[in-house]
Amino acid sequence: SRAATETASLHAIAVWMLRNPYNRWMRNGIANGGLYKRPFNESFEQAPMYVAVFTYVGFAVGTIFGYMRDCIRTFGLEKCHHSAEREEQKDFVPLYQDFENFYTRNLYTRIRDNWNRPICSAPGPQFDLMERVSDDRNMTFRFTGRIIKNVINIGSYNYLGFAETEHNAMKRVGNELQKYGLGICSTRQEMGNLDKHVELENLLAEFLGVEAALVFGMGFATNSMNIPALVGKGCLILSDELNHTSLILGARLSGATIRVFKHNNVQSLEKLLRDAIVHGQPRSRRAWKKILILVEGIYSMEGSIVRLPEIVALKKRYKAYLYLDEEHSIGAVGRTGRGVVEYFGMDPDDIDVLMGTFTKSFGAVGGYIAGKKELVDYLRSHSHSATYANSVSPAVVEQIIRTIQCLMGLDGTTEGIQRVQQLEENTRYFRKRLHELGFIIYGNDDSPVVPLLLYMPGKLGAFARRMLEKKIGVVVVGFPATPIMESRARFCVSAAHTREMLDTVLNALDELGDVMNLKYSRNSRSSRPELYDEASFELED
Amino acid sequence: MDIKHVKDYIYWLYYQYLLITCSYVLEPWEQSMFHTITVTVVAMVLYTAYVFIPIHIRLALEFFSQMFGSQPENMVSIMD
Repeated sequence: SRAATETASLHAIAVWMLRNPYNRWMRNGIANGGLYKRPFNESFEQAPMYVAVFTYVGFAVGTIFGYMRDCIRTFGLEKCHHSAEREEQKDFVPLYQDFENFYTRNLYTRIRDNWNRPICSAPGPQFDLMERVSDDRNMTFRFTGRIIKNVINIGSYNYLGFAETEHNAMKRVGNELQKYGLGICSTRQEMGNLDKHVELENLLAEFLGVEAALVFGMGFATNSMNIPALVGKGCLILSDELNHTSLILGARLSGATIRVFKHNNVQSLEKLLRDAIVHGQPRSRRAWKKILILVEGIYSMEGSIVRLPEIVALKKRYKAYLYLDEEHSIGAVGRTGRGVVEYFGMDPDDIDVLMGTFTKSFGAVGGYIAGKKELVDYLRSHSHSATYANSVSPAVVEQIIRTIQCLMGLDGTTEGIQRVQQLEENTRYFRKRLHELGFIIYGNDDSPVVPLLLYMPGKLGAFARRMLEKKIGVVVVGFPATPIMESRARFCVSAAHTREMLDTVLNALDELGDVMNLKYSRNSRSSRPELYDEASFELED
Repeated sequence: MDIKHVKDYIYWLYYQYLLITCSYVLEPWEQSMFHTITVTVVAMVLYTAYVFIPIHIRLALEFFSQMFGSQPENMVSIMD
């Protein structure tokens, strides 16, 4: 009991030190103490006030013109190309909610040519685009037949560059294709369990440092079909504000109570945990059966990394379970590419459910869930995805096995480690240069996802089109995937990008930043020294 | 060379105006309508400023000079 009070008081002191805003040295982590073994630098700089005002003005103009066009369409002066009911149906309950489609009809359609661009090569560091024009203001598109070659790809989630078509790399995959064919035609529980699946799961468990792993055919389905198998009614889910749709869908399907905590905010999470334990379930005041915390390794819209050490400390204190979704972080962070658990130097046994996808860093499809053997065996029989969905195709399994063996060094080369280190170097260089140029970048310094803030709706379309003219393919995101004021361009750095490609992109960004006035940052650090008019730089006596 | 500089700069300002007010995404006839409305509103604001601001400044100056000026002059002007 004395030890318990000591640990309680130590914890109280640690929590006080973490919370006290003047203790920034504790929060940002120093080498010899605290929960963090390395500095944790995240920044979400706010733009100057005039930017917010102009963004509102832009949206106001768009909305006014949207209403005007809707008016013209209702009075029949202009033909409506969007879905509408027939005349006879108009007396009944309306089929289409007009306002839901307002944004799509009036704002998204005007700049629609920047999304869904068809590509006709592998999404490597450079790819080919089919040239597409629209004759009627983006209502329909047609292909001119030309192909835009060697567009620099700074938007694909190809973090380690494994989305390649090089013959030697794909030889093993080709062999497996010859041996097994492509389709499985069965679910995992019936006839779809191949020896390759067992091999992959053992390899994956070894790679992650856990007891067992289970592989699914689709990353989205891994989340949405397995969370209902783990929690149900009477359980509590604490989910981050900015979680991916697959996690939210899985949480809603499970029927558990969902409470949301502020993005990456450990104080908010702790408050919710304490409230949950003290007050219990809403009406009956019984204890919750399970409390599951849903977080992601790297949040793809913000580029922020989860505060894993603090969340694990909270989970241990309040006896909750942790579900970590490493879709973007597996392979992309960590010294040997093993994800955020390795990045923070933690033990994988601390995390109850490790989930990830193979679509991002491994260049394949599918998802996995890893953890203790009991958990994985339970999911083999109780998960909807394992019972009803097709298992992963053998050629894809071979691609995943190949990449994991490459990362672990089991194929006899150091290529895996080289790729991870190249990605780290590219990320640091790209983020440093963007900071120096004066753009507002969100997220952690070590995350390969780099959102560059554009704010105004007019700049979204102009930015994407101009970058394509310079033969660089970017992904721009606006409302509803991001908050309405913070539209952004999201860059995904890859290990396959060479320094020249990154420099081309950075020079193009520099030029566009001046032309379109995108350099909002007030904290830019310039690496160029000020030039003096002196002919020599010797010290004066 | 200088005229080209100035023309480029004016074009750049026009481009900024298009981007900020989101009229870059509008169709040409909507853009013309928007420009007409904007120019009309700005012209009206400038005209109002030209007509009213000198008068208001003169009245304000008179008001403040009365407060700090001599008292008898004050009483006379009020009784008038």
